[in-house]
Amino acid sequence: MSEPLLDVRGVVRTYTRGSLLAGKHFRAVDRVSFSLDVDRPEIFTIVGESGSGKTTLARMILAMTTPSEGSIRFRGTDLAEIHRRRDRLTFMHQVQPIFQNPFEAFNPLKRVDRYLMMTARRFAGVRGREAESAADQALHGVGLSLAEVKGRFPHELSGGQLQRIAVARALISRPALIVADEPVSMVDASLRISIVNLFKVLRDAHKVSIIYITHDLGTAYYISDRILIMNKGRAVESGDARTVLDNPQHPYSILLKSAVLSPDPAAREATLA
Amino acid sequence: MTPTGTQAVLTVEGLRAHYQVSSFGIERDVRAVDDVSLHVSTNEIYGLAGESSCGKSTLVKAIAAAIRPPLRVLAGSISYRFGDRRMSLYELSADALAEIRWKHLSYIMQGSMSVLNPLRRVRSAFVDFAFRHIGKPMPEFLGIVEAHLKRLHLEPSVLDAYPHELSGGMRQRITIALATVCRPDFIAADEPTTALDVVVQKSVLSELRQTQREMGASMLFVTHDMAVHANLADRLGIMYAGRLVEEGTTAEVFKAPAHPYTAHLIASLPRIGDTEAREGLAGAPPNLANPPPGCRFHPRCPLAMDVCRREVPEMAWVSDTHRVACFAGKAEAA
Repeated sequence: MSEPLLDVRGVVRTYTRGSLLAGKHFRAVDRVSFSLDVDRPEIFTIVGESGSGKTTLARMILAMTTPSEGSIRFRGTDLAEIHRRRDRLTFMHQVQPIFQNPFEAFNPLKRVDRYLMMTARRFAGVRGREAESAADQALHGVGLSLAEVKGRFPHELSGGQLQRIAVARALISRPALIVADEPVSMVDASLRISIVNLFKVLRDAHKVSIIYITHDLGTAYYISDRILIMNKGRAVESGDARTVLDNPQHPYSILLKSAVLSPDPAAREATLA
Repeated sequence: MTPTGTQAVLTVEGLRAHYQVSSFGIERDVRAVDDVSLHVSTNEIYGLAGESSCGKSTLVKAIAAAIRPPLRVLAGSISYRFGDRRMSLYELSADALAEIRWKHLSYIMQGSMSVLNPLRRVRSAFVDFAFRHIGKPMPEFLGIVEAHLKRLHLEPSVLDAYPHELSGGMRQRITIALATVCRPDFIAADEPTTALDVVVQKSVLSELRQTQREMGASMLFVTHDMAVHANLADRLGIMYAGRLVEEGTTAEVFKAPAHPYTAHLIASLPRIGDTEAREGLAGAPPNLANPPPGCRFHPRCPLAMDVCRREVPEMAWVSDTHRVACFAGKAEAA
């Protein structure tokens, strides 16, 4: 058996919260384990309410936060051992983030193509003309082109376009894994579906594995291969996405599913009692 | 236009509200709300849907008398009827407006999780907003506030807390409590639950509806989340690029959407238990400083015909309660 792409084993992250009311330690992430197969790209979804530790887990996978306990290995390398700049660049080359709010992720005073060029230079190691063609190719993957975005500032583009540019930026270095932290929660319902459809294309055409973090069970059901449900830092239920969501077992998963509003006015009196 | 038996609390007629900016000789005129007419009846929740930058929030600002330059109301009227008093919003003096605000007309702002002053306790927000409208001595006033908080499942102790000590859901409940404590006749709510996760959203929505029903208030509820509208709104208006394109009872709009944009909005909702492939809408919403001629939806519309590129479709009735502004939709329904 080959080495897994990502192996998260028993990770814990402890924070000290508050000194105003009572300073106490609490576990934002508590003994979470899962692994992604290297040969089979998949969309792995992590769901849970605000404060359930989803983002902390994502930051640990991106090596932006170190786990208090447990280990995360990417292609066999422990992320805690990444110290040197070169190692970090190699790692970032293969694992790329997409953040929640595209309006905050881009500096409003920088033209968006600069981000694409910077990523191309730093991670794909290309410059000038070559960098432009790498950026253009990545933008074509998300239904845009360099000509459309060149020289534009973030405020000149819609939220959906910016989020697609963020996905294109992540694609430039040809990563093996994309960690998308609530990529559609700031995007309108009509654009949401275009972004999640894009993730399917990335998985099938570009062979990229995606960790999709969300609290929207509708899109989770729509695109996920596997799902992990988190509550108060713990993984309460995991498995095949359709099986788990069709028939949730853990009380928290059942609660989460029952809180989803059905887009059907006929069923309304039952849902909003 | 008003159904018999109920009275319109809010009537908006031919409203145009533009953002007008002029700097260094360059003038920009963003037509955020363009010729919108609607009414909201007593004890009714009117849902307003549409994507970002379609003018939803601008319309709410105009309705809630929260217009600030560069936003200007250029044409049309907004009138309210509170009990036997009728008033036209933009003919009121500043004093008269201050008197009806919060007491009759209240406004839950977008991003209302961050409207509370971080340096002051929640109690002072209630005193600032509501004390003079309720007109009771302080101990009695605080009693009313505490009873109202209890109704929204909040402990009276939150009055002594600073906003940062409270969770997002609690802050959202507090802004709802602030907007409803004077028992207003009309509530304008702009995306009040968008920042909340599903579990909290559900309980906040049911409390909001319960409070509205108890008080017999009317509400204009804005969100882009169609699932929320399906569960909350009595009637639904769909906005696209500054115009109202469809309006009907929630059941009608979901069951038989007459405008292709509405049909797309409803079809693109993923549901649990359904894995059918869904397509997003191609293209981007138009720039409101320079909207396309004719129907503003025509560049993205799968049914666009020649007439759509030349003429602006007028609102036409499909049934007694359902109207649509679309050449193709009207032809289909007829």
